[in-house]
Amino acid sequence: MSNNSAGGLVSLQKNVKQLRFEAGIRRIKVSQAAADLKTFCLQNAHKDPLLMGVPSSDNPFRPPKSCALF
Amino acid sequence: MGEMEQLRKEAESLKDDITAARKAVQDLTLQDHVAGTAVVGRVQLKTRKTLRGHLAKIYAMHWGTDSKLCVSASQDGKLIVWDSYTTNKVHAIPLKSSWVMTCSYAPSGNMVACGGLDNMCSIYNLKGKDGNVKVMRELAAHTGYLSCCRFLNDNEIITSSGDCTCVLWDIETGSQKTVFAGHLGDCMSLGVAPDFNTFISGACDFTAKLWDIRDGQCRQTFGGHESDINAIGFFPNGNAVITGSDDASCKLYDLRSDQELITYQDSSIMCGVTSIAPSLSGRLILAGYDDFNCNIWDSLKAERVGVLSGHDNRVSCIGVTPDGMACCTGSWDSFLKIWN
Repeated sequence: MSNNSAGGLVSLQKNVKQLRFEAGIRRIKVSQAAADLKTFCLQNAHKDPLLMGVPSSDNPFRPPKSCALF
Repeated sequence: MGEMEQLRKEAESLKDDITAARKAVQDLTLQDHVAGTAVVGRVQLKTRKTLRGHLAKIYAMHWGTDSKLCVSASQDGKLIVWDSYTTNKVHAIPLKSSWVMTCSYAPSGNMVACGGLDNMCSIYNLKGKDGNVKVMRELAAHTGYLSCCRFLNDNEIITSSGDCTCVLWDIETGSQKTVFAGHLGDCMSLGVAPDFNTFISGACDFTAKLWDIRDGQCRQTFGGHESDINAIGFFPNGNAVITGSDDASCKLYDLRSDQELITYQDSSIMCGVTSIAPSLSGRLILAGYDDFNCNIWDSLKAERVGVLSGHDNRVSCIGVTPDGMACCTGSWDSFLKIWN
């Protein structure tokens, strides 16, 4: 029984220590976080192939159809 | 016993402090901020390649850094390295244990790793002298299944396990460098930050945790999901985390403001999310679901802007190429499809 309590006690102590750490971190304002997320998306949109579409000539998964006359 | 009760009270009080601190920085919501931004137009991706060869359910896939080669793992007991441009199989590696649940491609392209119900992470050298692919190391110490693994470099790999821990391994010595303990449920998935300093884990305790790779410290814990988190990934700028859960939703958590900013869900979607990946700019979030489809979400507006349908069974894994050119879906129907 006492072993159980000891294990339980250590576990609770670790939990409190971890929560204390997490409570103490620095947090920025959501407005700042949201602005940065939006800016990142918009600034990189033009080079996002899945968003912009890939012309067949540049698509490595889709070789351009060529007509060869022998 | 008095001390334990005191500690329990302190824990509850600290949780309230965290909730209050998160609310205190909530001067605006993401929705408010993007109210004036237009939703992206309908995204219609087509299957460009189908990779055929596995004989059973595919459980995992991972792109190589060249955005051309990828590795997939199937419970037919094989790891296959594919040239996705030609659909040729570069390597077909027979596994000791067919109960594989995860695979990873080393950034260097020199190795692949896999693991599953054997509780081990097996490392394979692709560039052996005689051209044969052989097991280089078997990393054994987890007391539960291997759910995910990701190489940091040719000598370090991080694994997540059903034993509720994640581990950083030294591949050369086969030893555990750091054990990341704290989750109260099976760890299902992990993602490494773009700067390789931190990683995130999603677990069956419904939380996601951010860990410092070097000092082993859990820095942040994110809740909100109502069921197991099956999939997790970093937003491309490294400042946010996306998760997919059995509760049928995906969420975006911002690291610097330490809170959930947005949930991606629809009343018509009632099945679990199995896999998740952002597009190159982060504007699109691709998520694989149990209902055989993959939904494409506008990450800022939280609206569904596309669907990838074509698989005849659950989509179990998804990955976007590092160069953002295409996404690959793997399914229980034994096929991988490349879309753009």
